[in-house]
Amino acid sequence: MDGVHDLGGMQGFGRVEREEDEPVFHARWEAEVWAMMRAGGGRGVYNIDEFRHAIERMRPAEYLAATYYEKWLGGITRLFLEKGVVTEAELKERIAFFDARPDAPVTGPLTAAPPAPVAFNPRWALDVERETGARPRFAPGDLVITRNIHPRGHTRLPRYARGKRGVIHRVHGIHVFPDTHAHGLGEQAQPLYSIRFDARELWGPDAEPHQSVHIDLWESYLEPER
Amino acid sequence: MGKNHPNVDPYIVSRVRALESLLLEKGILAPDAVDRVVQRYEADTGPMVGARAVARAWTDPGYRRLLLEDTSTALAELGLDYKMLLVTENTPEVHNLIVCTLCSCYPWPVLGLPPTWYKMPAYRARAVSEPRAILKEFGVDIPAEREIRVWDSSAELRYMVLPERPQGTEGLGEAELVPLITRDALIGVAHVQPPAPAR
Repeated sequence: MDGVHDLGGMQGFGRVEREEDEPVFHARWEAEVWAMMRAGGGRGVYNIDEFRHAIERMRPAEYLAATYYEKWLGGITRLFLEKGVVTEAELKERIAFFDARPDAPVTGPLTAAPPAPVAFNPRWALDVERETGARPRFAPGDLVITRNIHPRGHTRLPRYARGKRGVIHRVHGIHVFPDTHAHGLGEQAQPLYSIRFDARELWGPDAEPHQSVHIDLWESYLEPER
Repeated sequence: MGKNHPNVDPYIVSRVRALESLLLEKGILAPDAVDRVVQRYEADTGPMVGARAVARAWTDPGYRRLLLEDTSTALAELGLDYKMLLVTENTPEVHNLIVCTLCSCYPWPVLGLPPTWYKMPAYRARAVSEPRAILKEFGVDIPAEREIRVWDSSAELRYMVLPERPQGTEGLGEAELVPLITRDALIGVAHVQPPAPAR
């Protein structure tokens, strides 16, 4: 989707603001969100592409204003609700519980000891390469042009790189296709390539001197360029 | 845990704890999961694995080739099982820079969790279109004749820069080099600096 998350090349954000001696987590709740995100993925509630798309579906103004872990909280809350793991009613009730008792332990509302969780798959977001027997259509050195597409759903073809000419730098193998995997349409694994774009192709005469961008793109984003 | 940024907005904290209590109750979240996350990322990782790989590559040409051409085998030699990393080498002709414009993909297992600036709109928007301007803000001046090669991490592969070994470190061994190699240099927004001269 042509969302505000697709930031490459946008202007007006100002300088990159750095924080001196930044801690890994700014508060414990950030680590709690991190642990919940991994738990939902590793226990098969959602896949990594569904997770990314859940964040992309935030309202644009909220997306830009939110901190990183606020985005994650928004994304996983949406997914745990959509997947039926929690209901709106029980979530609302628990929020009221902690609003009223900010110092209660997290186990405060529980009436019994929590059950042992089901098996966790630590490779849930890493296991993306497939042996489908598909033969890559392109080889290193081939010229390609990216398709000018604007899918309503999840895609990993950034807006700034659509309709642009590039050169195949490397063939990565056959990888799960996020555009379908994010929408319950299966893995539809296909060849993935590293493609080199000259900055002048992307930004025209406003490009900085002597620059290139390498982007990893799936085969169905590409057409041969002659 | 950050003391200078006590980000404890009660509105957020209630929502985090509400979801957390439900996920504990339903067997999605293990009771010790949060403590393990804090331990792993605050105490155990950071940019250490990446720095060790670079220090070894600087001192061992065979390892350098392995790190560039068969990265997962090179990382396995350091005890890390990670197959998604590609390493891209700075040379006199090319300076490399890593970004993820669509979200904030980052090689956690070798660099730890990313700094906030890496995840914020300014860096994600500008790294692909004005990397020289960003590098200047970071205090890194890349001459116009040297190519800047930006890697937008749009799939599940992750990237790390193999920076140039600074002059004046010729006498140092692997263990002495490791602390010089910063996270920022492995992202590509800094040069590795030689050790400050002894006074």
